[in-house]
Amino acid sequence: MKHARWTLPAWVQAAPLAVVFVVFFLLPLALIVMVSFWRATDYELIPAFIGQNYADIVGNCGQDGDACVMLRTYLSTFKFSLLTWGVTFVLGFGVAYFLAFHVRSTMVQTVLFIVCTVPFWTSNVIRMISWIPLLGRNGLVNDGLMALGWVDEPVEWLLFSDFSVVLAFVHLYTMFMIVPIFNSMMRIDRSLIEAARDAGASGWQTVLHVVLPLCKTGIVIGSIFVIALVMGDFVTIGVMGGQQIASVGKVIHTQAGALQFPAAAANAVVLLCVVLLMVATLMRLVNLRKEL
Amino acid sequence: MVASVRDGRRPLSFWLLATGFAAFVLFLYGPMFAIFVLSFQGPEGGLTFPLRGVSLHWFAKLWEGIGTVDIGAAFRRSLALGTVVMGLTVLLALLAGLAYRKRLPGGSVLFYVVVSSLIMPSIIVSLGIGLMFRLLDTALKTWMEVHAPDWYDTFTTLLGMYSSGLGAQLTWTLPFGLLIMFAVFNRFDPAYEEAARDLGASPWQTLRHVVLPLIGPSLVGIGMFGFTLSWDEIARSSQAMGDLNTLPLELQGLTTTVTTPVIYALGTVTTVVSFLIMASTVAILWGWRRWRMRG
Repeated sequence: MKHARWTLPAWVQAAPLAVVFVVFFLLPLALIVMVSFWRATDYELIPAFIGQNYADIVGNCGQDGDACVMLRTYLSTFKFSLLTWGVTFVLGFGVAYFLAFHVRSTMVQTVLFIVCTVPFWTSNVIRMISWIPLLGRNGLVNDGLMALGWVDEPVEWLLFSDFSVVLAFVHLYTMFMIVPIFNSMMRIDRSLIEAARDAGASGWQTVLHVVLPLCKTGIVIGSIFVIALVMGDFVTIGVMGGQQIASVGKVIHTQAGALQFPAAAANAVVLLCVVLLMVATLMRLVNLRKEL
Repeated sequence: MVASVRDGRRPLSFWLLATGFAAFVLFLYGPMFAIFVLSFQGPEGGLTFPLRGVSLHWFAKLWEGIGTVDIGAAFRRSLALGTVVMGLTVLLALLAGLAYRKRLPGGSVLFYVVVSSLIMPSIIVSLGIGLMFRLLDTALKTWMEVHAPDWYDTFTTLLGMYSSGLGAQLTWTLPFGLLIMFAVFNRFDPAYEEAARDLGASPWQTLRHVVLPLIGPSLVGIGMFGFTLSWDEIARSSQAMGDLNTLPLELQGLTTTVTTPVIYALGTVTTVVSFLIMASTVAILWGWRRWRMRG
């Protein structure tokens, strides 16, 4: 630094970004925690320190058959997360593996990779409603099944069902698996795979014992994205479930719409803790700092 | 696999995976193509195949507006908001990217906050922002009632597209921008700047004439992220937009009420805009490269 000259200090340059995240991210999160202990009437919020909003979440559990609504909503949301995670992982790994190890030209690789990522920049809702002409009662799939004589009347569970919700999740979020796993795979030293080959490993054994462990970072990053996206979702479950299937995100959305902010905030805090717990568990599987 | 790469023959696993990949691409694009075709339904046509004639009927209907929803106004609002989000995302990500190249106290904390915004369920962020602005409204009204009765009568809310809405979208676009910035500067050779400094360039001149032209293409990429993510954003905007809705929010509302191909026409229009943005990004990058190579 012989010619030390005046430049903007680093913190001044970083300040605008920091301000955005303090004001629109950290502060709102803190307020959610605060308001989750408040009380509310139909038109105003009343500062208080009560646990009623949390008690309502587990409320009436074990008393009669219809209780535990919130708990069952959580379980159902878990179920969607797990199903989506499983399918996107297998699919994403397969696609990434094909791109990374089977496509020989870098040019083709780049083009195919972009083909996989372009839908990410288009609207999710449109990608959801685009299933209607295919899966609907008079959709292409039902027409095909009927024409083949496999079914006598249209299959009803194709649209606005658990099936269509998971299908839409897979459709929307497989990209979040492909990108990090592909990135991990491209960093694998090709000679390691040759070594496994030479040591007598079959193609399948190479994938299982060499490629898979070396992609752990990518898999963990992809899993965090997919699980976090599905756990907090209310749009996809709403549209693809025909507004009939519950999810934690939808409950929060509905409560906020009805201005029941303390109840919504309590649910948000619980959801936040659940997601953080899941992310922390995944992070234990891999030392991210070491791998970056 | 590796052995067969050497002798040039494709193994069976290649063909299986290639078939799987082709099926995946069909799965990705097939449905989108279906609604693109169906948006040209004749006036008699419905939400599913077959096509009953080909017409622009549903685009005309879209132009007139769907029910009470003014699609044209929502379209313009989203376009304007997307442009602002794009500009701020590029500017703030660039500044922060530059800051991280120097010693930045608290830099790693800020980084973790930004990344955690990326994986935070959007409904929570949106709820928090909506809540914050409502509390702010209440506080302001209480203050105005006592100190400024004139304002109290006209004041409604601070919640709006360019206050809470803009902030909500930035918490979603900026993490992508910052991560791209990191990737760019990790590969950036500081020798270029040192050379500029040795030749007597001021820090501003170095940035303007050396750094910016080199990282320009990445900034264009960040801009594209900023616009397209804002253009389609629903989850974070849902509680934060106030009275006026953006186009995707209107679209989401319409999915439950509209039962004609007009919604496909809207889908086609929105997707065309997304593709136009991507195409112009590619065009700019291509032009940039040619210009650089010539200059």
